[in-house]
Amino acid sequence: MSIKIGNAPFESRVQDGIKNDFMRKAVSSAQGRFRSGRLVAAEELGNWEEWRTLGEEIRSHTLENLDYYLEQLSDEVSKRGGNVFFAQTAEEANEYIKEVVKKKEAKKIVKSKSMVTEEIGLNHALEEVGSEVIETDLGEWILQLDEDPPSHIVTPALHKDKGQIRETFAVKKGYDKSDRPEELALFAREQLRQEFLQADVGITGCNFAVAESGAITLVTNEGNARLATALPDTQISVMGMERIVPTWEELEVMVSLLTRAAVGQKLTSYVTSLTGTRLEDEVDGPEEFHLVILDNGRSKILGTEFQAALHCIRCASCINVCPVYRHVGGHAYGSIYPGPIGAVLSPLLDGYDDHKELPYASSLCGACTEACPVKIPLHEMLIRHRQIIVERENKAPKTEKMMMKGYAKWASSPAAYKMSTKVARPALKLWTKDESISSGPGPLKGWTDSRNFPAPSKQSFRAWYKERQKGGSYNGNPK
Amino acid sequence: MKVSLFITCLCDIFSTNVGKDTVEILERVGCEVDFPELQTCCGQPAYNSGYLKDSKEAMKQMMRAFRDSEYVVGPSGSCVGMLREYPEVFAGDPDWEEPAKELAAKSYELTQFLVDVIGVVDIGSTFKGRVTYHPSCHMTRILGVKDAPKALLQQVKGVELVELPIAEDCCGFGGTFAVKHAAISEQMVSEKSQHVSETNAEFLVGGDMGCLLNIGGRMAREGKKVEVMHITGILNYRQ
Repeated sequence: MSIKIGNAPFESRVQDGIKNDFMRKAVSSAQGRFRSGRLVAAEELGNWEEWRTLGEEIRSHTLENLDYYLEQLSDEVSKRGGNVFFAQTAEEANEYIKEVVKKKEAKKIVKSKSMVTEEIGLNHALEEVGSEVIETDLGEWILQLDEDPPSHIVTPALHKDKGQIRETFAVKKGYDKSDRPEELALFAREQLRQEFLQADVGITGCNFAVAESGAITLVTNEGNARLATALPDTQISVMGMERIVPTWEELEVMVSLLTRAAVGQKLTSYVTSLTGTRLEDEVDGPEEFHLVILDNGRSKILGTEFQAALHCIRCASCINVCPVYRHVGGHAYGSIYPGPIGAVLSPLLDGYDDHKELPYASSLCGACTEACPVKIPLHEMLIRHRQIIVERENKAPKTEKMMMKGYAKWASSPAAYKMSTKVARPALKLWTKDESISSGPGPLKGWTDSRNFPAPSKQSFRAWYKERQKGGSYNGNPK
Repeated sequence: MKVSLFITCLCDIFSTNVGKDTVEILERVGCEVDFPELQTCCGQPAYNSGYLKDSKEAMKQMMRAFRDSEYVVGPSGSCVGMLREYPEVFAGDPDWEEPAKELAAKSYELTQFLVDVIGVVDIGSTFKGRVTYHPSCHMTRILGVKDAPKALLQQVKGVELVELPIAEDCCGFGGTFAVKHAAISEQMVSEKSQHVSETNAEFLVGGDMGCLLNIGGRMAREGKKVEVMHITGILNYRQ
């Protein structure tokens, strides 16, 4: 897997989403829970807007000084016996990890949930060298058994219900009990426990790396990251190069924002920070630790107008408030990063060719920008993407370009504009009935397929205003 | 106080009563209203679609039209929100940055102007009916006007104001979005229509004609009897 998922064109993915009643119900109810949870958690914290500002400042400061903090992090990890590898590309990251795994002759690898390893398609790469990779986050495990991509960056199996999960467990793992969540979870726990015990290598992502100490911090609710890092002798963590905080102090702020914004929790069940290998005077920790720091297009974003997109802490609160996401679901985006942040990030990391529709999959309502705990101006970035698609990439439809040229002429010429206020009504007369258009021509058709469009008024406002100045009056309402 | 009306192209051509009501409301609170005829459209359809160059042509025309105005007031959170973004659009432009700043600084959405500038919430209106209010996204999130429309509605005699469920959700209009992604827009507006029905309101009121044409058009198609009105229709009503 990589950033792009599936080959179906955008429109058909959208249709698949809209027709998937079950998925839409599940997403809608999850959004409702997440939304109210986030608001309550923010309220409890108090001064939410000040926390957001602080979050933005921390992220912005870190990115402005990223070279410094990356070096500090790297030094600290090395001091604590870890190996650090900077990977320019997904391939470089995968090659490095494959080498480590080959040297260890690892047959079994357990993984905790990590979007960045989805991004580089790590599981696939490891299977190529003959290792068995097991996802240990419950949602990810279900998807892995089902060979289905994630549809959400925090709750990846949001689109599946317990009946579907039972079926997957039955077919793939011989499960023969009910679809009660408790029974399903117990089964998964039993199965996964064996995998943890047998694994040679544990692979994790990284929510935040603390530069001053070289600690990798993982935020989970299932505790699987803790097992994946505690049991196997070798630990590999993969992180996007931007996922750094300077010190423990900033970590506290960012984790507070993350858990509240993501799932409305004051704190998740587990927040785990791990530093390097087991040193001589220590009783636990892995024998070998590798930190893979991934660029994969991120450094190209630094210093551009999109830099703030790298503030993202993957909380998904923009996804949880997005009305477009609610109706089409995560898979419609065709990227492992769906929703507003996905529509911003996917073209930046993976180019416009495969993701040129995404910046338009938004009504620009701004709910995402309002929800973001680190104040990424998401909807403004979507407009900027559209500008690039039109002006630099030249990927806009020809008819649209012509219409916009016409628009510019119309809106910059008062005479042409005034003329249009007179001719609009006769021009649409053919389609007008009872002051309403129920089946319109050209671009209006998309609108009138599902709703009526009004007929232009008999007299434009400006014509009325002229008459009024000569002594006319408005007889709309009884006065 | 001298006020120039920014009519917005939708209200100039389609929903002309909104303009008429706006003029009368402003006069009622003591403003001297004029209508600069050089005005056209705020540029948003092109700007939001990514046509920066084309949108600037419209924006320059608006700056020319309102050059001499003291205040510019329009009956739309979205269109006024666009005017307020001109300084960012023309940042660094030696000819247009200053005019952009000037226009942004003197532009107000109508309810915002009434409450924040004139300082009035009761303009002596009477309107009988069960009313629910849709706060349009650009009014609240772009322009930051959240309370003024409701404060005004609450003072109208006879109005029973009922809360719209998940009111802050977008109705699916989004300008060209409603046409470009008509299928998604349809799902969004259907959900909004459902929420309106849940209130049992007789009137759906809002401050942006784009959203109201969208929701109203959908509810008409569904055969619903709810009447969709711009807030000016209620504020200018005296039974």
